[in-house]
Amino acid sequence: MRLSSLGYNIRQGFKNIWRNKMFSIASIATMAACIFLFGLFYAVTVNFGGMLKNAEKGVSVTVYFDNNATQDEIDDIGTAISKRPEVRSYKFVSADEAWSEFQKSYFGKHKDAADSFADDNPLKDMANYEIYLKDVSKQSALVSFLEKQAGVREVHQSAATARTLTDFNSLVQLISMSIVIILIAVAIFLINNTVTVGISVRREEIGIMKLIGAKDSFVRAPFIVEGVTIGLIGSVIPLVILYVMYGRIIRYVANRFNALSNMFAFAPVNSIFKVLIPVSLVLGVGIGYIGSRLTLKKHLHV
Amino acid sequence: MIELSHVSKTYEAGVKAHALKDVSLRIESGEFVFIVGDSGAGKSTLIKLLLKELTPTEGSIVVAGRDLNRMRHREIPEYRRKIGCVFQDYRLLKDRNVYENVAFAMRVTDASKKQIKRRVPQMLSRVGLASKYRSLPGHLSGGEQQRVAIARALVNHPKILLADEPTGNLDGHNTWEIMKLLNEINQDGTTVVVVTHDMEIVRAMNKRVITIYKGAVVSDEEELSS
Repeated sequence: MRLSSLGYNIRQGFKNIWRNKMFSIASIATMAACIFLFGLFYAVTVNFGGMLKNAEKGVSVTVYFDNNATQDEIDDIGTAISKRPEVRSYKFVSADEAWSEFQKSYFGKHKDAADSFADDNPLKDMANYEIYLKDVSKQSALVSFLEKQAGVREVHQSAATARTLTDFNSLVQLISMSIVIILIAVAIFLINNTVTVGISVRREEIGIMKLIGAKDSFVRAPFIVEGVTIGLIGSVIPLVILYVMYGRIIRYVANRFNALSNMFAFAPVNSIFKVLIPVSLVLGVGIGYIGSRLTLKKHLHV
Repeated sequence: MIELSHVSKTYEAGVKAHALKDVSLRIESGEFVFIVGDSGAGKSTLIKLLLKELTPTEGSIVVAGRDLNRMRHREIPEYRRKIGCVFQDYRLLKDRNVYENVAFAMRVTDASKKQIKRRVPQMLSRVGLASKYRSLPGHLSGGEQQRVAIARALVNHPKILLADEPTGNLDGHNTWEIMKLLNEINQDGTTVVVVTHDMEIVRAMNKRVITIYKGAVVSDEEELSS
């Protein structure tokens, strides 16, 4: 298509939007609502994910050694742990460190109670490796691997916590995905309606275009421009609103739920919008394009 | 130029209805032909078949060397650009002015801005509407609207002009003006096929007349004078 024809069709697309003002506004509003909800869910999911990751950081696996394990065997276990891809970090805790940590946690101010043990370390068999994972869902795989290692007496894990966190994470993702799919379907349906109205209003004009010898692409172009423009406007509006609102919402949630804000930091606005802007624009334009193409195929037979 | 061989067209809406039955005719390049008949005789079906809006149930149609039965869907636009068409109800774009209506036929062919700017005023002068290029169709008389439609039909220099009841909505004066214009167009070398039921103009024009009755060609006369 020639550049001047393209310009002409773009102008016609804008005229279509103007002619069907009410339907166009309804479509833009619905699209905006869909993208707004999508953005909101995305922001919530990212922050929730951050929260879960934060909780996961505290989940650890502890490996205790056989009483007669040699230093070489302990070192070998350490090397094996370091090679595991699911391991985020690990540290060796000697029996003395374990006892000192225990004293701090349990005796606190009553240091004299701990002194009664003198040099007799009741945790002398409790030297261990404390392992933190990148992904708690991989915990059981790591545990069964460690249990097979020579020199390992026992592996402690918080299976219930890990499972709950993993399940919760999956649930949040599933709910978010379902809602996004429903929203996309609703948006496509609405764009469909708008373009159908546009076609019925311009049926005569389309007939004339075809009789004069317009190619299918020429007949389609203004409707595609219409759908894509509605999608674009419908995604820019909620992005601006979300951008303005995000900071305020974070402040509100932080003030309202103090405990939450003490536990973890909300995702910064830039990191959210670095993903949200391109995804929303592609989603809006894509829905607009697909919606109008589907309608054209159904109603125009061009 | 236009050749129909044993063409039949049947519509099936509950019961079978024959719009055209075994029609064979040949129209040479540069001819001026009237196709006459009562309402429902099959005249409009014939025009639709020639424009490839419909496909014949039986028979073949060859226009300018192209067999329409073998034409692919994507070849239709290119074909239609070679055939100008004018209708009783003008079929102008009501929200666009005279200039834009004529230019529209060139835009769909992907013509350049320069070509459009050169040819549209020429065509409007030819039909006597150069001064009204900015008017909307609603502000023009029936005769003027039909002139715009003719300018639009001719702007891509078609070899054939099909006119379906072009004077059906016009008064006597405008009818003759339009017929005069169609005659001039024919004298410039364009094949003109006019579908009408107005026997007064048919007699006055002294051209070849093909009569269709109940879907069949019943007469084909070189001249039908009063």
